[in-house]
Amino acid sequence: MSTWDNNPVLKVEHLTMRFGGLTAINDLSFNIGRGDITALIGPNGAGKTTVFNCITGFYKPTEGRLVMNRSNGEKHLLERMADFKITADAKVARTFQNIRLFGGMTILENLMVAQHNPLMVASNWTVGGLLGLGGYKKSNVDAIETAKYWLERIDLIDRADAPAADLSYGDQRRLEIARAMCTGPELLCLDEPAAGLNPKESLELNNLLQYIRKEHDTSVVLIEHDMSVVMEISDHVVVLDYGVKISDGTPEFVKNDPHVIAAYLGVEDDEVDQVEEEVGIV
Amino acid sequence: MQARQKDSLLVASVKDSLGAAVITFALACVMVGLRVDVASGRGAELFLEHRWLAVAVAVLIVFAGRLAMNIFFWKREDPPSLNLSGLMPKGGLGANSSNIIKYGLLGLAVVLPFVLMFWLGARGSRQYIDLAILVLTYVMLGWGLNIVVGLAGLLDLGYVAFYAVGAYSYALLAHYFGFSFWLCLPLAGILAAFWGIILGFPVLRLRGDYLAIVTLAFGEIIRVVLLNWYQFTGGPDGLSGIPRPSFFGLEFSRGEGGFASFFGLDYSSIHRIIFLYYLIFAMALFTNFVTMRLRRMPIGRAWEALREDEIACRALGINTTNTKLTAFALGAMFAGFAGSFFATRQGFISPESFTFLESAIILAIVVLGGLGSQIGVVIAAIVMIGGFEFFREFEEYRMLVFGMIMVVIMVWKPRGLISSRTPSVALSKNAKGISADLVQEGHG
Amino acid sequence: MDYFLQQLINGVTLGSIYGLIAIGYTMVYGIIGMINFAHGDIFMVGSFVALILIVALGITAATPVLLLILALALVLVVAMALTAVWGWTVERIAYRPLRGSFRLAPLITAIGASIALQNFVQVSQGAKNKPLQPLFSGSFQLTDGGADGSGFIVNLSYIQILIVVTTVILMGGFTYLINNTNLGRSQRACEQDRKMASLLGVNVDRTISLTFVMGASLASVAGLMFLLYYGVVDFYIGFLAGVKAFTAAVLGGIGSLPGAMLGGLLIGLIETFWSGYFSVEYKDVAAFSILAIVLIFMPEGLLGQPEVEKV
Repeated sequence: MSTWDNNPVLKVEHLTMRFGGLTAINDLSFNIGRGDITALIGPNGAGKTTVFNCITGFYKPTEGRLVMNRSNGEKHLLERMADFKITADAKVARTFQNIRLFGGMTILENLMVAQHNPLMVASNWTVGGLLGLGGYKKSNVDAIETAKYWLERIDLIDRADAPAADLSYGDQRRLEIARAMCTGPELLCLDEPAAGLNPKESLELNNLLQYIRKEHDTSVVLIEHDMSVVMEISDHVVVLDYGVKISDGTPEFVKNDPHVIAAYLGVEDDEVDQVEEEVGIV
Repeated sequence: MQARQKDSLLVASVKDSLGAAVITFALACVMVGLRVDVASGRGAELFLEHRWLAVAVAVLIVFAGRLAMNIFFWKREDPPSLNLSGLMPKGGLGANSSNIIKYGLLGLAVVLPFVLMFWLGARGSRQYIDLAILVLTYVMLGWGLNIVVGLAGLLDLGYVAFYAVGAYSYALLAHYFGFSFWLCLPLAGILAAFWGIILGFPVLRLRGDYLAIVTLAFGEIIRVVLLNWYQFTGGPDGLSGIPRPSFFGLEFSRGEGGFASFFGLDYSSIHRIIFLYYLIFAMALFTNFVTMRLRRMPIGRAWEALREDEIACRALGINTTNTKLTAFALGAMFAGFAGSFFATRQGFISPESFTFLESAIILAIVVLGGLGSQIGVVIAAIVMIGGFEFFREFEEYRMLVFGMIMVVIMVWKPRGLISSRTPSVALSKNAKGISADLVQEGHG
Repeated sequence: MDYFLQQLINGVTLGSIYGLIAIGYTMVYGIIGMINFAHGDIFMVGSFVALILIVALGITAATPVLLLILALALVLVVAMALTAVWGWTVERIAYRPLRGSFRLAPLITAIGASIALQNFVQVSQGAKNKPLQPLFSGSFQLTDGGADGSGFIVNLSYIQILIVVTTVILMGGFTYLINNTNLGRSQRACEQDRKMASLLGVNVDRTISLTFVMGASLASVAGLMFLLYYGVVDFYIGFLAGVKAFTAAVLGGIGSLPGAMLGGLLIGLIETFWSGYFSVEYKDVAAFSILAIVLIFMPEGLLGQPEVEKV
């Protein structure tokens, strides 16, 4: 019994996703441990992003359950929820493979939009705020403080009023993560956060993720191709191939799993033994 | 070498201009050169009138004009011919100059009726104040539509429907129940917002031009229903005798108990006109005030975020359906207000005032002004509506010029006259505007 | 039953006209993803060009049949060519400078071009209706109305036959053009990916221009047919016909040529049956409602490709 099975923040149970005749994910089950950084890896087309889209409600799974256990004891069945409710109520936030920032809005505004729901409540769904009633002003100041906190974390505080589209690629990646964190998530899903980053930016990203895990009550699940990142920061690795889980365990375990090696080297299952021998695992 | 180049510039220019002249001839030879008309004396027989001179003039103008442009501009740095946008200055007005314009126009609008009265007298100023009222009505409509198109990025081509709902709400409530203008004004806004939600709900999952075309369809459906529901709306005859607004219970009428006698003034019909002017001015300012305030609130930021990236909005927990609906309903509400003002000002309404053309004009004002820019809407409304009225003497050619101006301005400045976005919240005092090139236009 | 048959014939005729216009919408939308708002007005210009040519050539019902057909063919060809120039010019002036720019801009210029065209025709040709005496008056009588004369007489007029036959021939030729020629191939390439097409040596500007030219010339055919069928034109016919043809294009699945024809046929039939059985006043409401319903519930249309939301 591994740690992630004891106290999972998200249980993926028998998840299946079909598009027409194509089965993108087939009977996939795994757990995401609370407080862990979990990596979802696999060759291109393995169905990783599809898993993310199912978790965050952009796709409705054909079969299976996704149980989110919040730290306050609430349980949410994500497969039944609308996408925005998953972020708002189940506290699952995500980033996108192709960065989706609000390019024409400033960096600060991006972080303010992420705090939409608490601010809407504070402004009595606009009515109170419009009339100047209630605690909207204070909440607004608090929201700006939260945004500033994250801007300091990602080193963009000096550029807070610049349009998000003006940022460099690496800064945009980190801003997207900060924006997701501003929704106050308990589970953060990062779709290839290190893609296209140079080594320095990659290091900054690592530090940010470590920080998030240490200082916040947020578990992280990420899709990543860069094995050095995966091996360095993750506590738990799940490997997919053709929509099926082929390995699940600690980075150390996965690294030596012959199925994983076979999948990455691209050999048929019956040749695995031979490959193992060549690699020298057996 | 130098000489040869110049030669080829001339030759190329002449060739290109000849091509344009040939095309002009092809366009004009039938549609201008011949005019088909119904002979009045001989039944319904058609006959042709020849106007070859007009064709020749058109061809010559195009040839000469294009030749001049080719030699002096277009062929110089060999940009593709007729690329107007490349010729025009880039970038919009800065924040500072736009501030000056803003307060200048505001001050002018406050004193305008009195300046005109002083200058031209009651009789002479009337038509100008009327024109100012018309411009302000379009400013208000433009500001209302700006919420939908400029902020939320939802392309609405049926906006005039809500204007019609507002106008008919007031006219019908006054007709059947005898309600006063001041009671009907909020009711008309609420009814229009209600229709905004009803029509908005099914269409909001559409994107792009599809949303535009469905809103156009809804606008036309409402118009056709108004046109054909004779018993209720008066059909094409419209509704007349719509009551005029009162000034805190004082009618603008001659004699005892009227506005003039109460204030000890001589009766003049201009009082009502000036009152209407300040009424629509106040309503427009109210629209602007609410919009500007909403922009700094979560709902306003959500609208703009929606315009930038809907999927990201959903991933941030924003209920996009509700957000779109509020934009739609609020925009519709302001159109409803403007509609009831229109009804009370005209005293008569018919479906003819609510055609697709009106929607197109309002949208053109918003887009020409610069999407999302409040001051841009004002400038565009003054240019389009004011300029349009200015050409009243050329009645026939007015709409033709109007359509061509729409094309020319858009080609010249695709992002509109004021094309920078002010951040809704900033840490530093002197945050700069965001260039329109970065701002998305929305997909709805 | 006889009444039904008559409505069916009328609907197919009307549908042919809508289908011809719809092709212009669907092709332009397919290739540059914009609604060419001015297309309805190009159709109107086409009908005016045809009318003027008919009057100029002195064609009347008294012209011998063979000559009449030849003259009309001449009118058709010349009207197609001249209207094509109009379509080309609108694209060149109002759309091409805005290629790759802000998406709303060409929509506004399209509306501007539509207003300008309407008012140009109003100024140059006058605002009055232009009635044309019917050129073909004959018809086949398909039913005799029963022995006692109480039944409904179903007429299939020569003009209806002419319209449907011309439409079928043109659409056949046109489909061949798109499917089997270099031009059609470039067009489909531009539809898929304009940038890539241009990298592979397709002259994108030229291809788009030709799309407008083809759309406009088919619209002028529709204009001639409309003129012959209804016998009256004015400067305002473009708006309604345009919206209905657009509805047809959407109903059939925008971007799909057979879809445009099918959609045109359906809209024609629906409109005729609606007028025939329910109410003439609300026939436009029917067309608009169909537009709304189709867009809301099946935005990909009957024969179109469904759009997949990419995350």
